Amino acid sequence: MKFQSIALAAAIAAAGLSSAMLPAPARAQAAGEQFVPLLVYRTGQFAPLGIPWADGKQDYLKLVNARDGGVNGVKLSYEECETAYDAAKGVECYDRLKGKGTGASGFDPQSTGITFAVTDKAFNDKVTIETMGYGLSQSVDGAVFEWNFPLLGTYWTATDVILQDIAKKEKGSLKGKKIALVYHDSPYGKEPIVLLQKMAAQEGFELSLFPVTPPGVEQKSTWLQIRQQRPDYVLFWSAGVMTPAGIREAQASGFPRDKMYSVWWAGSDHDVKDIGEAAKGYNTVTIHNSAARDKVHDDLKKFVYDKGQGTAASADEIGVMAHTRGMMISMLQVEAIRTAQEKYGKGKTLTPEQVRWGFENLDLSAEKLKALGFGDIMRPIKTSCSNHMGTDWARIAQWDGSKWVVQSDWYQARKANLDPLVAEYSAKYAKDKNIKPRSCS
Amino acid sequence: MFYRENGQFKTSYRSDQQIFPVAQDRIALGLLALVAFVAVPMLASDYLFRAVLVPFLILSLAAIGLNVLVGYCGQISLGTGAFMAVGAYAAYNLNARIEGMPLLLSLIGGGLFAMAFGVLFGIPSLRIRGLYLAVATLAAQFFVDWFTNRVPWVTNRSSSGSVSVAALDLFGIPMDTPARRYLLCLALLVLLGLMAKNLVRGAIGREWMAMRDMDVAAAVIGIRPVYAKLSAFAVSSFIVGVAGALWGFVHLGAWEPAAFGIDKSFQLLFMVIIGGLGSIVGAVFGAAFIVLLPLLLNYVPHWLGLPLSTGTAAFLEHMIFGALIVFFLIVEPHGLAALWSTARQKLRLWPFPH
Amino acid sequence: MGFFLETLFGGLMAGMLYALIAIGFVLIFKASGVFNFAQGAMVLFAALTMARFAEWIPQWTGLHGMLVVNLLAAAVAALAMVVVAWLVERLVLRHLVNQEGITLLMATLGISYFLDGAGQLLFGSSTYKIDIGMPKDPMFVLENVFQGGLLLSREDLYAAAMAALLVLLLTLFFQKTRTGRALRAVADDHQAAQSIGIPLSRIWVIVWSVGGLVALVAGMIWGSKLGVQYSISLVALKAFPVVILGGLTSVPGAILGGLIIGVGEKLSEIYIGPMVGGGIENWFAYVLALAFLLVRPQGLFGDKIIDRV
Repeated sequence: MKFQSIALAAAIAAAGLSSAMLPAPARAQAAGEQFVPLLVYRTGQFAPLGIPWADGKQDYLKLVNARDGGVNGVKLSYEECETAYDAAKGVECYDRLKGKGTGASGFDPQSTGITFAVTDKAFNDKVTIETMGYGLSQSVDGAVFEWNFPLLGTYWTATDVILQDIAKKEKGSLKGKKIALVYHDSPYGKEPIVLLQKMAAQEGFELSLFPVTPPGVEQKSTWLQIRQQRPDYVLFWSAGVMTPAGIREAQASGFPRDKMYSVWWAGSDHDVKDIGEAAKGYNTVTIHNSAARDKVHDDLKKFVYDKGQGTAASADEIGVMAHTRGMMISMLQVEAIRTAQEKYGKGKTLTPEQVRWGFENLDLSAEKLKALGFGDIMRPIKTSCSNHMGTDWARIAQWDGSKWVVQSDWYQARKANLDPLVAEYSAKYAKDKNIKPRSCS
Repeated sequence: MFYRENGQFKTSYRSDQQIFPVAQDRIALGLLALVAFVAVPMLASDYLFRAVLVPFLILSLAAIGLNVLVGYCGQISLGTGAFMAVGAYAAYNLNARIEGMPLLLSLIGGGLFAMAFGVLFGIPSLRIRGLYLAVATLAAQFFVDWFTNRVPWVTNRSSSGSVSVAALDLFGIPMDTPARRYLLCLALLVLLGLMAKNLVRGAIGREWMAMRDMDVAAAVIGIRPVYAKLSAFAVSSFIVGVAGALWGFVHLGAWEPAAFGIDKSFQLLFMVIIGGLGSIVGAVFGAAFIVLLPLLLNYVPHWLGLPLSTGTAAFLEHMIFGALIVFFLIVEPHGLAALWSTARQKLRLWPFPH
Repeated sequence: MGFFLETLFGGLMAGMLYALIAIGFVLIFKASGVFNFAQGAMVLFAALTMARFAEWIPQWTGLHGMLVVNLLAAAVAALAMVVVAWLVERLVLRHLVNQEGITLLMATLGISYFLDGAGQLLFGSSTYKIDIGMPKDPMFVLENVFQGGLLLSREDLYAAAMAALLVLLLTLFFQKTRTGRALRAVADDHQAAQSIGIPLSRIWVIVWSVGGLVALVAGMIWGSKLGVQYSISLVALKAFPVVILGGLTSVPGAILGGLIIGVGEKLSEIYIGPMVGGGIENWFAYVLALAFLLVRPQGLFGDKIIDRV
């Protein structure tokens, strides 16, 4: 028995050592392919959000390959890497994939925490970080954040839009109202706080903060406190299992769901589907109009799912909000590649720096978006050196018990509120990290 | 044949009590040091440094610290992640707030803060024992999780709760290449490992082991339980704190409180158990096992040639990891260190059977 | 005053739910001497089995009545937990007889990784629904005494009633049946029980099955409240302070400990929490348990630790 166990241990050690000596396995990389890394989380507390998001990202790349034959003939290759929303794993995935092929076209870490960890490295590695609708809100300032692109919206624009909708309901003024923020106690949940505090001072409403310890399964005390303090509105910054847990606690403590406003990641079908009628009235802000269904969904069904190539378990996932957002992220990635190819050579594979130029010079007009199949989902977006976000439109959607209904008209975040904050925080970042801001003339 | 000790007579107490009395041991260790300090930096790839060697070294250090507490003193602690967090955040604060703070002083400072914290949370061990203590140490874990998230000055008023460290430099030499970082971690591991080994060979180590084996009898013969238990917590937390500071500064670069959560505590406990309780070299083996195993499991789907979704691959990894842990505990409950010492025993006799 | 009572009630109800999970720990520790770190994973596995089968049974058989579907799904889940118990005894416990407590602890940790991965591999990692017909809306009582009435969660009341029923059934099982007596004998002294012919391995299978069934009930209740997803296994971390407060070997201790921890947690979060920024209930529960342990190191009703020199 002893010899058996020695042999076993030796075998394990040998296997381990040999695995250490092996380089990361090289996938058969055909020449002339543009590599897009896909950082995803299909496990862990955020899996309910991460799975449709990841499916959407991969599905769109498959669609471009199948329907269009790639970008001007250059096919897209991709590889998924599981991060489980853990910063250390995210960094490990990033390190492993950044140099693959001709270089990673761009990273969508799907997590504000991982974005923080990876942003520092991206400066040295010269790789783009695309953080659509999340990430560092101050990274709109492209002069400091050369490699970060929070396209289409950030948590600050989401906050401002929500406040505008509330103000509309309150006949134009928030003065004297009580607004509570129930948030996931992590960098993700803390993002809106600085803006909310500024707006509370400016508009005259009372802000209370309720952190929820991750994973946010136990929220009874939070909602008891909300019952005690009776805020007029609750802003809900949650994700994954915390969202349905929160909505159910809201129901159990009698807080009206139509006074709840959630950020976009807490407002997708999987969050409310199982609760059904009881979540009726729950509001969410959408990135542009990601609740809509458009030609791209039909194309996806036709070119990918009907051929059995879809990533999701069933074609029912097409049209789910998180899935659509994943597709938007990939679409922006692909358009950045296309824009860069216009400058650096159509039909050629590009380096990460060249793709970055593409991100910084995106110009998607209404006609282009319509041709791509996103005409109803997005409004025109144009990025520039000083504006890495593009145009930030959003709408408010409401759950009616069985589906999402877009309630409001288009909103845009008020620049007067956000610009000073962006300037202040990006200057602070530049000072802390010793970054010399570029000049964006 | 090669490992015979005959002919090696010790003629002084000093040489009899030395840490490696067998000459072959000294030669082997010298060769290992040569390989580790000279050959590896020249030959290893950047990916190997970043993903395998640096985490392995830092976690070995933490596992040595935990082994002092659990293996030598018998106090089960599930809050090791908290001590690493205290070390990392203390080192970060020293670095960020004091202009021109040398890197080594930040790291040692982090260790000292962790030591103070460890002694504080070690006080319940004077009254509570066994599994009750294990669960009570989770109080330290969750408290630190909350503290680093909630209190702004811990993260230097970072609005997001994430902190990051600027470029490191050691006495003016920038620690920018992975090879240099590896050497820094290796040097600290060797230094603190030797310190730990000598501590456990000395009087205080014997006190710890007496407390572990039978604390009532130990108190009867005059070993003060307060002193023994709290000193174990102090030394253990110091080492774990330095390891935590290294983990944040050298391996992660930027981190948030969730980086030192309960999963890290469990991971370290796995290393200590699988490596072997009560053995310094066992902690290193355990760390190697736990660091390499997930990497190996990552490649299994590739080798099998099956197209698995990343989710499925991650779940399979979990399952295989759990199964291997259980298998290992069944096959060798005393850990890799026991296998190692059996191997050495056989080596002493080789090529003879007895 | 009204709000204080609401908080108190909320705490008691939460405490009952923690106690439900803690009972699983206590049962397994009493009879096999193993601190089962995998209890959370067992709750998750049981809940996932039930949730998914509740979805699949209507699809496969066309039955649609909620009672029938839930009963069948629960039966399948119960069977699954018995199989898990049998496998655990066969593959793990049998080979680790007489090992130290910490080795067994680590082995159960390994089992929990395995069950987490296996459950999600078989059933998926999205959020799933368990609907056992629990009323979700709150009710308001004593409207004439307190303005607006006191808010009581009906779901929590039902859950507490189910937990109480479970404890009653377990007590009857242990006191009145032969197997129950055998389990108590094994919990008392393994060797003496073996010497009178009680088969240890079968007892362990039975006790882990009972632990699994308790996990199923806990999973049903928590799953109905929150939805079934991987994070539900982390609720077990909330049950640890309950277990050590009540004593590792006592079921009444688990219940009383649960109530104390539940109330302490909620009161601290609501009254002390705002002063320090909130989110303290996690560690406060542990600190509370720690404080009790300093006075009684073996928990409220645990077996006194006797040292023989």
